[in-house]
Amino acid sequence: MMTTATENRQGEWTGGGHRAQRTRPPLSAALSWIREHLVTFAGLAALGYLLLPVAVVFVFSFNDPAGNFNFAWHEFSLDAWTDVCGIGGMCDSLWLSIRLALVATLGATVLGTLLAFALVRHRFRGRQPTNLLVFLPMATPEVVLGSSLLALFVQGGVGRGFTTLFISHVLFCMSFVVVTVKARLQGMDPRLEQAAADLYATPYQTFRRVTLPLVLPGIVAASLLSFSLSFDDFIVTNFNSGNLVTFPMFVFGANQRGVPPQINVIGSIMFFLALFLVLAAQYRTKASRRATK
Amino acid sequence: MTARKSTAYLLILPGLLWLGVFFIIPTITLVSQSLQEGSLETGYVMTWNFAVYAEVIQDYAPHFLRSLIYASLATLAALIIAYPLAYTIAFKAGRWRNVLLILVVAPFFTSFLVRTLAWKIILADEGWVADVLRAIGLLNFTDDRLLATPIAVVCGLTYNFLPFMTLPLYTSLERLDGRLLEAANDLYANPFTTFRKVTFPLSLPGVVGGTLLTFIPAAGDYVNAEFLGTPQTWMIGNVVQQKFLVSLDYPGAAALSVILMVAIISMVLVYVRRAGTEELV
Repeated sequence: MMTTATENRQGEWTGGGHRAQRTRPPLSAALSWIREHLVTFAGLAALGYLLLPVAVVFVFSFNDPAGNFNFAWHEFSLDAWTDVCGIGGMCDSLWLSIRLALVATLGATVLGTLLAFALVRHRFRGRQPTNLLVFLPMATPEVVLGSSLLALFVQGGVGRGFTTLFISHVLFCMSFVVVTVKARLQGMDPRLEQAAADLYATPYQTFRRVTLPLVLPGIVAASLLSFSLSFDDFIVTNFNSGNLVTFPMFVFGANQRGVPPQINVIGSIMFFLALFLVLAAQYRTKASRRATK
Repeated sequence: MTARKSTAYLLILPGLLWLGVFFIIPTITLVSQSLQEGSLETGYVMTWNFAVYAEVIQDYAPHFLRSLIYASLATLAALIIAYPLAYTIAFKAGRWRNVLLILVVAPFFTSFLVRTLAWKIILADEGWVADVLRAIGLLNFTDDRLLATPIAVVCGLTYNFLPFMTLPLYTSLERLDGRLLEAANDLYANPFTTFRKVTFPLSLPGVVGGTLLTFIPAAGDYVNAEFLGTPQTWMIGNVVQQKFLVSLDYPGAAALSVILMVAIISMVLVYVRRAGTEELV
């Protein structure tokens, strides 16, 4: 309902430029478009700033570096792409990161979703303190989170490895899951559930047929967020990994030892894979919306 | 009613246990660790050695100060860069809105560290960015380079946390009732006045959320300072990780961590109270 007002304005962006282009030479047309749409221009420039390093990562995955470091362009080569796992330890670290992110996501999504349901749907004593406690790990810098867990494990004599990584990743992902699922639950119309109850659905049926399908996109979004947070984490991981090496840790080490272009290949593959998945999901929701019309 | 109440407690129990055992207890351990004396070989004894706090503050005050300055600059820069971006997506993008949103989060898909390494290429001494800035005479006061300067570190921090600023801004702008802007227009407000009096105040929850999500991780980050800077640009995170993982000075490292945590959380609470969006907490 809020979107209608903004959608009315959607012509603005595509409209002005085309008209100007027909009457004036391209460069001055572009300049006058920029002058008329300064904010949009600044916005698109910001997007360029965001995407520039990604482009650099992709381009330099085709580099055949002169030395150990892939920081200066030397020569075009497909070697890194044809021999992705040719670098000792890199693919092992990648596999470790994937396994870790999967189990951490599972743990964080379950715990976080339960918390979110309780916080939105129930009024109980200690609700405010619980809200605060969930917020605190997000307000704590990662160095502090990582080092406090390290202090605990050292004092408790717990050897660091996969389990300690799992514990710490669930911890920092959980708060983000709670926030994401909470937002989805708060945006839901409570009358839908009341209607289900009016139609003699049992609480279980209401949950299964009404609530869950409506919350599911929020839970999926939360678990995707959690997966990428866990997969990408370096700081907390570095404190609690023992002698395990995750992919971000491999990259950090490479900054000192030498950066192989294979790292850029992995970065590029992750980028295109995720982009493809997101676009496919977009396309599917659009197609199914069209089908139900 | 009691049945519903016990459901609530059952729902929060596992999460609260996790937070209790792996967040509250570690925090207490961290504080106690900072007050102990000893070494890894001989073991640690609790000596209530508060002097360690005075020591680390004396030794690392510049690093604390630098962390706060870099993080503040990065947050400010991110706000200035992200606002037009969020505004464009919310009001100007039309049917391109979802595509632009995906492009904002897309850099996340490439690993954070891989992207930060890419900034080394972009800001390199022989790179075209440095060349252009040299040509217009902007590199004279940084020893003729971009990489390994505070500018590079702040640039990296700004870049890495920009999506965290953009998304909350977008969310609050998208919720904004367009009729309010029309009303401002009807009352003869020019676009700038409309922005200053209507759009910006109504986007404040996004500004607050984005600022927190940018400032907190930026203040504790040590990857950007490590990759793009030099030991002269080290932030407090670098010192903490060095002390914990390399020199194994646990009490000192713990004391630094505690100070950082207290500083950040108190700043955040004051800021949130001031900004008046208590629904965040």
